[in-house]
Amino acid sequence: MTWLQDHLGDVLGLTVRHIYLAGVPLILGLLIALPLGWLARRYRGLYPILIIGTSLLYTIPSLALFIMLPFLLGTQILDPTNVIVAMTIYTVALLVRTVADGLGAVPDAVNQSATAMGYKRGRRFVSVELPLAVPVISAGLRVAAVSNVSIVSVAALIGVQQLGSLFTDGFSRAFVEPIIVGVVACVLLALLFDGVILGATVLATPWLRAGKASG
Amino acid sequence: MINNIYAWLTDGAHWQGYDGIPRRLLEHLAYSLTALLIAALIAIPLGLYIGHTGRGRFLVVNAVGAARAIPSLGLLFLAFFWLGPRLSGDIAFLAPAGLVLVVLAIPPILSGAYAGVEGVDPDARDAAKGMGMRGPQVLRHVEFPCALPLIMSGIRSGMLQVIATATIAAVLGLGGLGRFLIDGLASQDFPQTASGALLVALLALSIDMVLALVQRSVVSRGLTGRYGTVRTFDPDGGATPPTPALQHSD
Repeated sequence: MTWLQDHLGDVLGLTVRHIYLAGVPLILGLLIALPLGWLARRYRGLYPILIIGTSLLYTIPSLALFIMLPFLLGTQILDPTNVIVAMTIYTVALLVRTVADGLGAVPDAVNQSATAMGYKRGRRFVSVELPLAVPVISAGLRVAAVSNVSIVSVAALIGVQQLGSLFTDGFSRAFVEPIIVGVVACVLLALLFDGVILGATVLATPWLRAGKASG
Repeated sequence: MINNIYAWLTDGAHWQGYDGIPRRLLEHLAYSLTALLIAALIAIPLGLYIGHTGRGRFLVVNAVGAARAIPSLGLLFLAFFWLGPRLSGDIAFLAPAGLVLVVLAIPPILSGAYAGVEGVDPDARDAAKGMGMRGPQVLRHVEFPCALPLIMSGIRSGMLQVIATATIAAVLGLGGLGRFLIDGLASQDFPQTASGALLVALLALSIDMVLALVQRSVVSRGLTGRYGTVRTFDPDGGATPPTPALQHSD
């Protein structure tokens, strides 16, 4: 493990870049998936189109997407924007269904009560439906977070620096230690993302705890 | 740009020989199906056992989460350095790539099998026990058929991931459709890369459709509610689908 001690600074730098490349798309993807999921729920005819369309995106191999996006976006191949866009696409692909199903799981009686209390559609969505769908959406977000962390490492093959660069470096120099450090760092990072989302969910759903405390 | 992809795909030279599309397609299919088969042989019995006995549920939830977090590219290189020197010939490259794909396919199949058995209607299970079935019989005749829809959906999502990820086998110099991606990248040949990606997506979709047909034929019609042309001796000539005969006939 002397290799890690000698290169701790490099590994930390790559970790920060990895957090950026995997984390930003999670937030962007959620922001895009929320209205799409709502649309799929609101207009039944759109549901199969949106769900099938977005899951088709998931069949594009990440390596292919990383290589093709520079041509489609007109960016440089080493531009991190390509990775951000690709990961956002995958996040949306995973989350649209989750958001639609989460909103669909809100009991009808709750929606009717809110309407009876004078909530208009927009306000009802923000303050009643969305909060109640948080547990389901957060479960989907956790899956997306963990797979984002793993997929981002493939971008090392096109030369975008992040923890995956440790894999390609180690492979080209036939040196196992950087690869092990990279794999462990990726897994730890996935756990970190998972923990943050879990914590945020607990904070966003105080009613779930209130039930437990009184019972 | 679309024209370039179309030109690449319709160029006769790309459809023959050692690095032609048919051969790469078959290689890709062979890697993916082998990995899926191995993963299913491990994950389905394990998932059925855990769902049936309720033992080791903690293991499933955590192992599935942890396996998702392992970066495929890193695992591929680690497996290559670990297995490569112990094997010879093509196997030295095939085994690491296969291992990565198997590790990738196990979590969705395992959680499908486990969740399928666990979600079986307790009444159906009770009824089977009431009819004198023992544990293994309940599993075989009631829980497994009832869990099939979720098992199949686990297999399908595992297959989609495996087909997309089998492209990285090309990084080790193996074949498959990933060759078009890696070679296209190396030679800045965009139409080749895009065609490769298109072929992978088409392959994934076709296989998913085949698996959907398999699912349709193996899942009991009692679960899906599709009765088709079953002939019954209903007084109304089979106009209404037969309902499970639970009511007394008097």
